[in-house]
Amino acid sequence: MAFLRQFTLILALLVVFSTSCRAATLEVDSVEKGHNLSSKSSATEDTSTSTNDSTGGHGTSTISTLPIVIWKWHHVETPYLVALWILTCWLCKLVVELNHNVTNVFPESGLLIILGFILGGIVWGADKVQTFRLIPVNFFYYLLPQIVLDASYCMPNKLFFSNLGAILVHAVIGTCWNAGTVGIALWACYEGGAMGNLNIGCLQFLLFGALMSAVDPVAVIAVFEEVHVNEVLYILVFGESLLNDGVTVVLYNVFDAFVSLGGPKINAAEIIKGIVSFFVVAFGGSFLGVVFAVLISMLTRITKNIQVIEAGFIIVLGYLSYLTAEMLSLSAILSITFCGVCCQKYINANMDEKSVTTLRYTLKMMANGSETMIFVFLGLSAIDKNIWVWNTGFILLTLLFVVLFRFIGVFTLNWILNRSRLIPIDYVDQFVMGYGGLRGAVAYGLAATLDEKKIPEKNLMLGTTLIVVYFTVILQGITMKPLVQWLKVKKASQSDLTLNGKMNNRAFEHILTAMEDICGRMGDNWWTRHWNYFEDKYVCWLLMKSNARKHKDPIFGAFHKLNLEDAKTYVTEGERKGSLAFIRNFDNASVDFKKKLALEYADLMPDIMADMSEYDFGIDNVPVNSVMKNQIPSVSLDMYEQDRKGMPDELSAHHLLDQHLYKSRSHNRPTYSRSHYNTTENPDEMQEIFQRTMRSRLESFKSAKMGVNPAKKLSKHPKKDSTHKPNGKPADPHRTHPYGDEDFEFSADSASSSEIAGHFPRRSTPGSGVDNPSFIPEMDTSPPMRNPPWQTETGNNAAVAPSQRAQGRLPWTPTNLRHVEPPRMNTHSTDTFVMGDASVNEEAPERKPGTNQTKL
Amino acid sequence: MGSTNSTLLKIPNVEVLMQETGFSPAHIIRLHDRFKALDKEGRGYLCPQDFGAIKELAMNPIGDRIIGAFFSPGKETVDFHAFVKILAHFRPVDKDRPKEPNSPEPINSRSNKLKFAFQLYDQDKDGKISRDELLKVLRAMLGMQVTEEQLESIADRTIQEADLDRDDAISFEEFRKSLEKVNIDHKMSIRFLR
Repeated sequence: MAFLRQFTLILALLVVFSTSCRAATLEVDSVEKGHNLSSKSSATEDTSTSTNDSTGGHGTSTISTLPIVIWKWHHVETPYLVALWILTCWLCKLVVELNHNVTNVFPESGLLIILGFILGGIVWGADKVQTFRLIPVNFFYYLLPQIVLDASYCMPNKLFFSNLGAILVHAVIGTCWNAGTVGIALWACYEGGAMGNLNIGCLQFLLFGALMSAVDPVAVIAVFEEVHVNEVLYILVFGESLLNDGVTVVLYNVFDAFVSLGGPKINAAEIIKGIVSFFVVAFGGSFLGVVFAVLISMLTRITKNIQVIEAGFIIVLGYLSYLTAEMLSLSAILSITFCGVCCQKYINANMDEKSVTTLRYTLKMMANGSETMIFVFLGLSAIDKNIWVWNTGFILLTLLFVVLFRFIGVFTLNWILNRSRLIPIDYVDQFVMGYGGLRGAVAYGLAATLDEKKIPEKNLMLGTTLIVVYFTVILQGITMKPLVQWLKVKKASQSDLTLNGKMNNRAFEHILTAMEDICGRMGDNWWTRHWNYFEDKYVCWLLMKSNARKHKDPIFGAFHKLNLEDAKTYVTEGERKGSLAFIRNFDNASVDFKKKLALEYADLMPDIMADMSEYDFGIDNVPVNSVMKNQIPSVSLDMYEQDRKGMPDELSAHHLLDQHLYKSRSHNRPTYSRSHYNTTENPDEMQEIFQRTMRSRLESFKSAKMGVNPAKKLSKHPKKDSTHKPNGKPADPHRTHPYGDEDFEFSADSASSSEIAGHFPRRSTPGSGVDNPSFIPEMDTSPPMRNPPWQTETGNNAAVAPSQRAQGRLPWTPTNLRHVEPPRMNTHSTDTFVMGDASVNEEAPERKPGTNQTKL
Repeated sequence: MGSTNSTLLKIPNVEVLMQETGFSPAHIIRLHDRFKALDKEGRGYLCPQDFGAIKELAMNPIGDRIIGAFFSPGKETVDFHAFVKILAHFRPVDKDRPKEPNSPEPINSRSNKLKFAFQLYDQDKDGKISRDELLKVLRAMLGMQVTEEQLESIADRTIQEADLDRDDAISFEEFRKSLEKVNIDHKMSIRFLR
């Protein structure tokens, strides 16, 4: 079956591919031969020819009759080819990812390159000339920016900035070192006669060294994402690969200019100019990126009304920062990198959560897509007889020097860095850093932009670059994983998010800064703290929406996230159970979740309770809260009884929800809106819900605040209760509770349908639960002043919570999760819970006979 | 080198101190200078007020607690030895130094670092972080950004997370367990004390 699917896919791929090839052949026929159309040929480049062709194709021909269908290939040629190639590349990825056994061994990037070889072979076979290849313009203007923007936007900011020093050292000094040494060593070998007779001068070698020096972010991301090394190592390699692209391009431009100037004209002044331009280009680019980041952040403050395209602004402006830098001949890659890194925090806070998700996925999609295309085309470009000029000495020596000097550079720089680092980079990590020096598409793109007039041996350089790329991406990529395992490189530890961790992290930061203050030294923490202070005071004020500013505390963020997770597990559990009953199981909810529910239910609970109390006592004036409190003990302890209640309770739950939940009055109108896809919400409706919620909240708040704890009122009615007690109601095992205990009954199929009929009417009879003694003491003795109002409410909701024992037996209750444990309001209640756990043996009722009566 | 020695000689029992804390003579001298700078009146010991005079420390939300940690219970002063010993908690752990099997646990060990953090929470020194104690720290650190209600939920949840014996408080053992995965050596170390 799997094979069939695979086969079909490959077939589909071939069909699509042959279409594009056929298209190409057609195109080659019409356009003069030799015109190299790249796959993702830029529209700018080819529109002229295609429009010409289209007019020539069918515009001028006189028609004798009305044609029904016309073949208008040239109208759509360019975009059609682009789309087809994108499709082809993505299908390649699909094929590659089909079998995970293969991708576990081979890195995806390597496989894509190999598929590229195959596709290139087919094109070559069809056309006898390589019609398609990766041309630098497309790569630098359309494919690369997406990847860099995504990488920088998703950059772990804190990690990046705390290691920025090391990253910069590696990216700047390391890259210059690589460029210089590779160039000079090659030149020395050439002079030594290792390469035969080549038309390359010293400067050309340096230029070649510069283009070979960059560690490629695309390749690094592709390989390192699969091996999960520890964070610091990852950020060092990754950050370096991002930043050194900028450096490489700068170096390349400087050397390119030197080559154009020619050896004799270069004097000290020119060299100094070169160094100055290096800094101007690098820092100017970074600065431009920061400016664009500020612009984006400020823009997202006011895009509330156009939420749908909000996320697009970041992409467009990010791209513009790239192009602007390019226009000013500053480092475009550095510009877009810093743009993404700097704005992420603020735009994530400013934009709606949906937009953030949209942005994240869009960027990922684009980056992944263009990464795929890059690798496929790297493979495809190799199948071209014209570019291959073989020179064994040059190629092998390049390979050797690239790897060798990378290692030397990494070890030397790390040795220097380690002298001052708090956490030294150990040798294994250093080795992986060196080994992770993958060259990729940037090198190829730069090599392809070489000017053949200035550098006669361009094709040799291009070919060598391709070989180095294949060597590093495929060979080093494949061996990376086993190597990492063999060297036992520290892997990324999967630390789960805990409040304790977050809180203590904060505490540690404060402690460290305090200690630095006491020692009177300006350490790292001093800088962090002052930046934070500055950011809080000015940057956030400028770049963040006022309401976003309030919610940015990381501890609270962690808290919120944990609660969301709980809620999700909760819903999943409930869904697995196939009912809404899980909502009742408040005891399992985390604090915040309960709060939410308590608020939601606050307005419906009193009503029901009031109804029941009326029935039972014939009184209306029983304080609602006290009645509600009385419900708490009404949870049954008897399992056998619960067994029979399942179905009716579900029905009742439905009934209850049906009656008391707010009914949506404006149903979703089937409207289509381009700019909004919200469910049509009636503002009045919202307001009503709000008011209802607020009212109930206020009431409960009052009662809690003023110390008039409902539980105290409860004590006013024991007499009443005791009068009812003789009726034997509390002890009546058949009495069902109006809506308790649903949680555990769904596993019990013993509830026959006949019993449903028998039970259902009875539940309208005043139901008072069986006592759960374990709850009672808590109710009687807990007027906890510090309980926030919703917690008191929670108490009410506990009325529908299952007994402790039953809870323990729930097959699906995530009792093993510590954070979804029953809340403990105070130490006293803790005791009762402990007892509740112990009360599995049904001796509970006689434990507190007096308090047991506090029921309806 | 002569000045180094003369400064060191002025400090009584400097060998013992260096032995206990693992600081190098350069560190000791640097800290001694700082100590003298803080001790404006030259009494040879520091009072809480001396710490309070450090401007940045006043901005620190848990600054009071940290100052308090320098003074052992019942004492109003801290001398140089105690001062250095407190700071020694933050010396990075050195892997190269050969570990003598019978030597006492160094001050900058993981559990000592944790103990230092723990006592900042545990102000009443009963060996447990109670809900109120936690709430106070959280309030100081989170400040105005969250409401009181949220603060309490956070405190509750934090305790639930760590609380293993369900006594509604975090004991040191629980505290240590909750931070088992955190790299304390990295997070509680200051670079220039290396």
